[in-house]
Amino acid sequence: MSNAKAQSKSVLWDWLTTVDHKKIGIMYLVAGAFFFALGGLEAILMRIQLMFPEFSFVPAQTFNELLTMHGTTMIFLAAMPLLFGFMNYIVPLQIGARDVAFPFLNALGFWLFLFGGILLNVSWFVGGAPDAGWTAYVPLSSESPGTGVDYYVLGLQVSGAGTLIGGINFLVTIINMRAPGMSMMRMPLFTWSTFVASMLILFAFPALTIGLLLLMLERIFGATYFAVDFGGNVIIWQHLFWIFGHPEVYILILPAFGIFSEILSAFSKKRLFGYSAMVFATLIIGFLGFMVWAHHMFTVGMGPVANSIFAVATMAIAVPTGIKIFNWLLTLWGGRIQFTTANLFALAFIPSFTMGGVTGVMLATSAANYQFHDTYFVVAHFHYVIIGGVVLGLFAGAYYWWPRIFGYKLDETLGKWFFWLFLIGFHLTFFVQHFLGLIGMPRRVASYLGGQGLDTMNFISTIGAFLMGIAFIIFVVSIFTSMKNKVTDADPWGNGRTLEWTMPIPTPEYNFAQTPLVRDVDALWYEKYEGDGKMKAAEPLGDIHMPNGSILPFIMSLGLFISSFGFIYYHEGFLWLAILGLVINFGAMFVRSIKEDHGYHIPKEEVIKGGK
Amino acid sequence: MADQTVNQHTLPPNPEKATLEGRNKFLGFWFFLGGETVLFASLFGTYLGLRGGVVSGPGPDDLFHLPLVFIMTMILLTSSLTSVFAIISMKRGNYKGLLVWMWVTVALGLAFLGLEIYEFYEYYHYGLGFTTSAFASSFYTLVGTHGAHVAFGIGWIVTLLIRYRKTGLTLTNAPKFYVAVLYWHFIDVVWVFIFSVVYLMGYGG
Repeated sequence: MSNAKAQSKSVLWDWLTTVDHKKIGIMYLVAGAFFFALGGLEAILMRIQLMFPEFSFVPAQTFNELLTMHGTTMIFLAAMPLLFGFMNYIVPLQIGARDVAFPFLNALGFWLFLFGGILLNVSWFVGGAPDAGWTAYVPLSSESPGTGVDYYVLGLQVSGAGTLIGGINFLVTIINMRAPGMSMMRMPLFTWSTFVASMLILFAFPALTIGLLLLMLERIFGATYFAVDFGGNVIIWQHLFWIFGHPEVYILILPAFGIFSEILSAFSKKRLFGYSAMVFATLIIGFLGFMVWAHHMFTVGMGPVANSIFAVATMAIAVPTGIKIFNWLLTLWGGRIQFTTANLFALAFIPSFTMGGVTGVMLATSAANYQFHDTYFVVAHFHYVIIGGVVLGLFAGAYYWWPRIFGYKLDETLGKWFFWLFLIGFHLTFFVQHFLGLIGMPRRVASYLGGQGLDTMNFISTIGAFLMGIAFIIFVVSIFTSMKNKVTDADPWGNGRTLEWTMPIPTPEYNFAQTPLVRDVDALWYEKYEGDGKMKAAEPLGDIHMPNGSILPFIMSLGLFISSFGFIYYHEGFLWLAILGLVINFGAMFVRSIKEDHGYHIPKEEVIKGGK
Repeated sequence: MADQTVNQHTLPPNPEKATLEGRNKFLGFWFFLGGETVLFASLFGTYLGLRGGVVSGPGPDDLFHLPLVFIMTMILLTSSLTSVFAIISMKRGNYKGLLVWMWVTVALGLAFLGLEIYEFYEYYHYGLGFTTSAFASSFYTLVGTHGAHVAFGIGWIVTLLIRYRKTGLTLTNAPKFYVAVLYWHFIDVVWVFIFSVVYLMGYGG
């Protein structure tokens, strides 16, 4: 129980063994940004291929691989981990907690995600990436030759387990670890949306787990769930995938909604309009998110009754989402709006996302869906909601929380260049795709014929993609050039409302020297106006209990990583490798189970010194 | 403090939830079981969609005989009961009782698992291979996943029993035993559904 054990041997070892939610958050952000750049590169290669009719920049097979990996990478390895990065860093601070409920599992979740992501991308170098689309519909995926889809199945299985663990961790953290006075209805909206998104993760991901398990058993061990000549059924995959896949969309967008709620309120210097309506709208969206999966399958032949039910349920989601849009607008109404880069992203989100919402209702009209299905109209729609919602949210959150996480402010001038180039590029890329879809360009094609009215719009779309690429490069440059803008003030924006702006920068490893007492929604803002601007303490200064770091999460994940290779190359006689990996994994679990680790205490004197 | 042995006099009423760590484990595990429910629901859905797909292989009527499955069900239900006795012993501060009842639970679990392996072996000899038909694949996947859960549970509980054979009840191991028993009840409930949906419906429906 001594402090000595916690003193790390080296920086690398420290990061490999850390169970600190802030460090794990940073690792999620770094890994997520890497995969985001990778997915963006894949997108740009595809857009170059589609720049001219019958262009031969990449072969069709490579195009299919790029297409699959772009979708898979962006959803599983970029958007979710980046959101997880913010959740990890910010949520415990927002609820006044010293750590998450399960620090060890938190680390395990991260390493599983990272190893899963690496596994998926190893496929590029060994016989080709998965090529059956990010939805991996059977029988295309179950019959796809080579090992690409095997990498897809196992990579997502490993990283999906990490996501599930992360979701449970956030749920318990938010329920059990709140500071005194922080009732559920005083939680910041980002914490609320994290809570609902975690609920969705918990109930959606197991369906994917089973889908992937079935596909793996079918591909590697010859099972026949999807083989029609053995009595199988290909639609089962579609149901399992979308029972997961639709909630997944809300897993991505709800935390982004939370980020916008924080930022719009902070930079309008106003309390969020309709707080309780926002909370309930989030809950309703989460609930309805499970009722609508089959709207991805309108053209499968479920019949008019099922189609109508799912169409109506889908349209119903527009109601709580509309409530949110109006609440954001009314938050801005009469506020003292500051046009910081973070707020610009939040402001641009409102109209951009609304456009995606409108095409969403169009797509939900099941009769019309027969026309839109599998065209670029769908591509335009989901990029409007995912980039216009999630990606703008991630950038807004990055600019807003950057000083808290990294200790310096990102350059605002470069930030505005980045914002405008990205926004213009985004609309240039995807706005025309609505029309490409309406005049009949199918999605997922590697090329198209000239002279059919598709040439100009495809060219414009590619130019837009270049603009987004350039914008992102400016962002990356500004990360390095801004490092001199150090901040030390706890509340660098000057209008922080919530608890994450109450501790010094850099954040102490125990977050709060004394657990704060929360007296209202926007706890810090309340103290600024009703108190002395500082949080009241809910406990006297004392020793602080901290968990010990551990290398076991890394080893467990490594075990599954090794095991996955054994399964992928099962037919080449690598079963032993699969077993070896599982032995490593379960062995580490066994060690974890039998070794009691009660952590250590940071003595009171050190806490007092750290506060100075 | 957590190392301290809790005897009958200092035992808090619910040692498994007396610490924050224990409460976190308790709640987190309930959430985990919620996820497991979806996991098995997906497998049940798959099975129900594919159970008619027997092609030329043997189907449910040719294979299932209720006496064996009934015995298995009784064994597993009894094991749930003995794990309840274990928790009652724990709450009364009777650590020895906890250990003994948990060992009984493990023994019953092993008996169940043995019968399940025998059952699979028998079906295989009736010509129901894993790849024979969509029915076969989905049956083995659903029931096999349950069996794997039983096996994991046995390994888990045995680990706890050996690790804590001499320590007495502490605030650290009380949540561990409690959560393991929750898990055991869960796989029991799943079996009740398998018994109804797979065997009874296969036999009668």
